[in-house]
Amino acid sequence: MKTLLQRNIRDRIMESLLVLSTIVVLLPLIIILVHVVLNGISALNWDFFTQELGSPSRAMQGRPTGLVHTIIGTVVIDFLALFLAVPIGMGAGIMLSEFPDHKLNPTLRIMNDTLNGMPAILKGLLAFVLIVKPMGTFSGLAGAVALAFVMIPIIARTTESALMSIPWSIREAGLAIGLPRWRVVLSTVMPAARFGLVTGTLIAFARAAGEAAPLLFTSFGNNYLPNHWLGMLLGPVDTLPQRLYSLAISPYSHWHSMGWAAAIVLLVFVIFCFATARYLTRQKH
Amino acid sequence: MMNLIQTITSKVPVLPLFATSESRQAGGAAEARTSTGTSGTSGTGKAEKRMRMETHDLTVRYGSTVGVKNVSLPIYDKQVLALIGPSGCGKTTYLRALNRMHDLTRGATVTGSVLLDGKNIYDSEVNPVIIRRRIGMVFQKPTPFPTMSIYDNVVAGLKLVGIRKKNVLDEVCERALKQAALFGEVKDRLNSPGSSLSGGQQQRLSIARALAVDPEVMLMDEPTSSLDPQSTSRIEDLIHELKNQVTIVIVTHNMQQAARVSDNTAFFYVGDLIEYGPTSTLFTKPKETRTEEYITGQFG
Repeated sequence: MKTLLQRNIRDRIMESLLVLSTIVVLLPLIIILVHVVLNGISALNWDFFTQELGSPSRAMQGRPTGLVHTIIGTVVIDFLALFLAVPIGMGAGIMLSEFPDHKLNPTLRIMNDTLNGMPAILKGLLAFVLIVKPMGTFSGLAGAVALAFVMIPIIARTTESALMSIPWSIREAGLAIGLPRWRVVLSTVMPAARFGLVTGTLIAFARAAGEAAPLLFTSFGNNYLPNHWLGMLLGPVDTLPQRLYSLAISPYSHWHSMGWAAAIVLLVFVIFCFATARYLTRQKH
Repeated sequence: MMNLIQTITSKVPVLPLFATSESRQAGGAAEARTSTGTSGTSGTGKAEKRMRMETHDLTVRYGSTVGVKNVSLPIYDKQVLALIGPSGCGKTTYLRALNRMHDLTRGATVTGSVLLDGKNIYDSEVNPVIIRRRIGMVFQKPTPFPTMSIYDNVVAGLKLVGIRKKNVLDEVCERALKQAALFGEVKDRLNSPGSSLSGGQQQRLSIARALAVDPEVMLMDEPTSSLDPQSTSRIEDLIHELKNQVTIVIVTHNMQQAARVSDNTAFFYVGDLIEYGPTSTLFTKPKETRTEEYITGQFG
């Protein structure tokens, strides 16, 4: 039997270890944020949000240049991907959690994990074959489909675990008053799990919003705004992660700082989406 | 005045009928349910013993483990059947077989038959959803739907199947809460969340929710095991009143409770039905030694 003092000391040591590991987790994030902001803030000006990128000569000659087409493209593609992925991903998650007795379930689980582990660029390839080839052109739609492939397995998994965290007794209570199974899931389990459902969807969204690889040969990238709004879906579209990459490997210093600014915008975009979703699903009671 | 009434009664033969229906209402069955005419006098009234449910050789297996085996029991209309026995004896398993709650348990198989008004509820053409609407259930732990208000909890069984008329829902809500002896405590805060209630109130809320869909049979799985004595006695009072309208099967660990609330008692032991009989007989003159040992506290 240890003395009270010894146990208190041990308690303190464990506590400081926990604090330390929290710091270790947060540190890279803080370093990245500080670094990105310091490098990119100078390129964030009115032109950045209102002008197209155009050719490198624009930047070199000091003519106005910006990433308005990239920002719009990112919003369009990411939300279109979300729109495509949520019903499918949540459907699969509901299936995994609520119908564990279904015979397709073991297969579904393996396939889903495989899809999750698959390199993102292969999902771009899949979208290329499914959308780009038949359409005959790179398109925002193809990019959205590729990103949806990134989101679906994550949404499925997080939906499954969010629903599983709701006690089984809630479902039985619903069944016991004569509700069909789907109604129990929709009206009692899912509202109770909404916080987890939204969090999972956000994780998937943030993950996909940061992907460049699946977009390389689907949405392809574009230095200009399309002439018609449909061009956002049916023609090549620029996105922030991919633009960040191409600006970073370009040989122009002005483009480099625009790349940092693109990173700031991407981060703020993702954080803004998180905050909004959190606000909308906050505990009302 | 008296004369007038007497003349009317003598002239109009219908009046006595009104009188009986009124006295029945006063007896507690005031709700607009289609009464089969049996009044809820103390359950042992032999003349009115009608079989409501019945199990024949009911066996429930979890994989290869047997939960209950070959249980045949009658469940009489508007009476209370108590299932007693030590932990793990299969009483809850048996209870859950009565409204097909095992359908969702992985690996659980049910053989034998459960008859409700003579029809086997395990027949393939029977929809378990309809069965569960007729046979309600209250669980050991209170299970208010976490995101719903008290009001929405009570009317969930109606609202979620498409009944939207406000006046109908209001009426059902009030009726069910009154039946569950909760109305007085919550009538001013029907819109606050169900989870804000105390444990005992939550359990009565669960009961109100089960009653709102007008079940014919009510299954109760140790409904008072997590409650304090005061809430327990309220729920027991409630069972006494409900018995006028519904058939009740209650699982309980508490033998005093079984003796207080039930008309008939079944004693289970390791998956077997050991003894069944009228509560008064089973508790005073048990036929089986194991029953006697259990109710006298020698094991269990």
